Amino acid sequence: MNSAVKPSDKSRIKGATLVEIKGLKIEGYSDDKWHPIIKGLDLTLKRGEVVGLIGESGAGKSTLGLAAMGYTKPGCRISAGSVNFDGIDLVNAPQDKLRELWGSRISYVAQSASASFNPAHKLMEQVTESALNHGVMNRDAAEADAKDLFKRLQLPNPDTIGDRYPHQVSGGQLQRAMTAMAMSCRPDLIIFDEPTTALDVTTQVEVLAAMRRIVEEFNTAAIYITHDLAVVAQMAHRIMVLRYGNLVEEAETRAMLKAPTQDYTKTLWAVRKLEKKEEKSDDIALSVQGVDASYSGVVKVLDNVTVRIPRGKTVSVVGESGSGKSTLARAITGLLPPSKGRISFNGKDLPARLQDRDRDTLRRIQMIYQSADTALNPRQTVRDIIGRPLEFYLGLKGAEKDRRIVKLLESIELNEDFIDRYPGEMSGGQKQRISIARALAAEPEVIICDEVTSALDQIVQEEILRLLMRLQKETKVTYLFITHDIATVRAISDEIVVMYKGKVVQQGLKSEVLNPPYPAYTELLLSSVPQMDPDWLTNLLRQRGGKAA
Amino acid sequence: MTTDNVDIRSIRSRRTLAQNAWRTLKSAPLSAIFGMAVILIYVLCAIFAPLIAPYGEAEIVGKAYGHASWQNLFGLDQIGRDVFSRVIYGARNTMGIAFLTVCISFTLGGIFGIYAAVTRGILDQVLSRVVDIFMSIPVLIFALMLLAMAGKSVWNLIFILAVLDSTRVFRLARNTALSVAVQDFVEAARLRGEGLRWVVLREIVPNILPPLIAEFGLRFSFVFLTIAALSFLGVGIQPPTADWGSMVAESKTLITFGRPQPLIPAAAIALLTVAVNFVVDWFLHKTSGLRDE
Repeated sequence: MNSAVKPSDKSRIKGATLVEIKGLKIEGYSDDKWHPIIKGLDLTLKRGEVVGLIGESGAGKSTLGLAAMGYTKPGCRISAGSVNFDGIDLVNAPQDKLRELWGSRISYVAQSASASFNPAHKLMEQVTESALNHGVMNRDAAEADAKDLFKRLQLPNPDTIGDRYPHQVSGGQLQRAMTAMAMSCRPDLIIFDEPTTALDVTTQVEVLAAMRRIVEEFNTAAIYITHDLAVVAQMAHRIMVLRYGNLVEEAETRAMLKAPTQDYTKTLWAVRKLEKKEEKSDDIALSVQGVDASYSGVVKVLDNVTVRIPRGKTVSVVGESGSGKSTLARAITGLLPPSKGRISFNGKDLPARLQDRDRDTLRRIQMIYQSADTALNPRQTVRDIIGRPLEFYLGLKGAEKDRRIVKLLESIELNEDFIDRYPGEMSGGQKQRISIARALAAEPEVIICDEVTSALDQIVQEEILRLLMRLQKETKVTYLFITHDIATVRAISDEIVVMYKGKVVQQGLKSEVLNPPYPAYTELLLSSVPQMDPDWLTNLLRQRGGKAA
Repeated sequence: MTTDNVDIRSIRSRRTLAQNAWRTLKSAPLSAIFGMAVILIYVLCAIFAPLIAPYGEAEIVGKAYGHASWQNLFGLDQIGRDVFSRVIYGARNTMGIAFLTVCISFTLGGIFGIYAAVTRGILDQVLSRVVDIFMSIPVLIFALMLLAMAGKSVWNLIFILAVLDSTRVFRLARNTALSVAVQDFVEAARLRGEGLRWVVLREIVPNILPPLIAEFGLRFSFVFLTIAALSFLGVGIQPPTADWGSMVAESKTLITFGRPQPLIPAAAIALLTVAVNFVVDWFLHKTSGLRDE
């Protein structure tokens, strides 16, 4: 190893400064211009310390995290400031020196482990790769060490799991294997970039616990990037709130949770104050009775599912990925005709297949998708997108159609300036509003919302949820709300359906489902939702069997 | 990524289509401008051939293999026709036939490709396998065989090349349409109850147009080269129609006497191919959103 990149003795002392970023400015190139992304930030990280970076997308979290390892994404440049890692100036360091550091003394854990692993190689080869490449250990030592790391990360069968290929382990296991890979050279600094965002809450708990413990054990400094406040509260000693490339607020985790000083931080903290009062109703709009469904007749994804959806109310369907939530929506819309059971709407049976339903039935059940990016045709303007259902279902044309479009835009809190825009010219929240307007244009009775807020920032989520609730009050529309986010469920539902492995575990009023006594799965699901309490994870692990030590 | 970008994009959209086109043209690299200029000249030659060419296409103006002079810029061919005039008429014939062929091949390949992508199922399987079989046979040899069977006529040439070439178009149209057809907005249109016509013409086609247009340019180059090759071999465009491929063939022996005559139609072929490729390259670069790193 190059002598310049060896750790200095001083830095091994706990509490010594490891990373120092001063006046950092980063610019990105787009539309033939350089735009500021980071507008002058400072960051100091001590050995063994975990700093959380939070903020909405576009705040510059990831850019700052990568800059701490001396890296900028293609199309970005560091225009001012310094990044000092244990006495090494990373901004001006030559590429080969950076490469020497990366993987050995600084490592990176990305959001999607499945995209970061090479599917053609076994886990062990990939986990030991950087230790071998950097000449830290020989193969036997590296493999023994990897097995030790697997054990510490509580992966099942630590001695043999390395022989598997990435697709043979679960998402949570893969994310832990990636942490093992990052740890293989015992780096001084790890950048965690949204490592649990793609995981289910039940899996997230295990991964968070494993990551926190291993960072503590090896006294590793870490930068933890996330948009989830409750998660950062578990992981970080100190939190930095970023917005538009500026620092909004920085404080110790407990201090910030207790008393945020800036307005923006307060709004972040206050986000989940929204709560709808549940109402009971026996007027059933849509009912699903004993429905089975499967893809290509082999894998049964819905197993005897029975769900009642009362008129004008919000029913949330929760469950982890693979529980059959979205399949339920596909069965109701007729995209995936059920193999057994019936679906009735306003007391009449719905034809199973989409093709057999008449236009008026189609009009009454509308759908809003998770990602407005793929749900809106990028080559159509807002006028085409919202105007089509008006024309198709209601036969509106010309000036009358335009008037209605403007009215719909106003009802989703946008204005007529948007009418000629393409989806690419709007923000994520605006696009989702257009999706909502398209559904509303049909004047539906039931709207199926499939994870409509999960691709959005927290503040935008709140706005969209408020909008949906207001529209429900005004139009008496019924929502079937599919989500994995318990906080959202708590905010908007009247009734909740809990699904697990294609079966309905429980359906009931919000107050019944969210309060004890719980069926076992509901309890696991609810207790796994991170709370805004820095001791939540510690306490939870203690309750679940004293693993937190 | 930043909010500033959103604003910039919205401002850009307020320009008209013509302004946008002009802006894009101004920023085009030299290679693309060169390519467009060459194509423009070729197209003008093709359209106004009778006005530009000093002599007729099949007019005999002197003795065989006459040398270049001010009256006959590129000399005379084996029966005394003016080569310069024939090169200009050749643009009309070769390019016209190639263009027509590509249009037919895109109509065929595009319609079947998109239809296969949208409906999937057995029809898709059958069409795709048939296309696989066609694609496993080298185009030039297959075309030679079919032309030998069907007889040498311009319409046979156009039809055979169009069918063979449409297999490539089918592949591209099917694959790009497939990637669009699985998007949520197509599902949303189906849930709305839209028919196949709307789904294809309004939801899918606008999204696959850029790669198809680029492919149109490339296929034009290929077809054009194939026609030239077939003509050189004597089964393409038949005399007395002027065509660059056959002109090379007719005068190829002159090269042994140090005369540059066969190189002129050959250069015309090469220049157009390069020009089309330059333009397509730039167009693909523009529409795919790649950045120069």
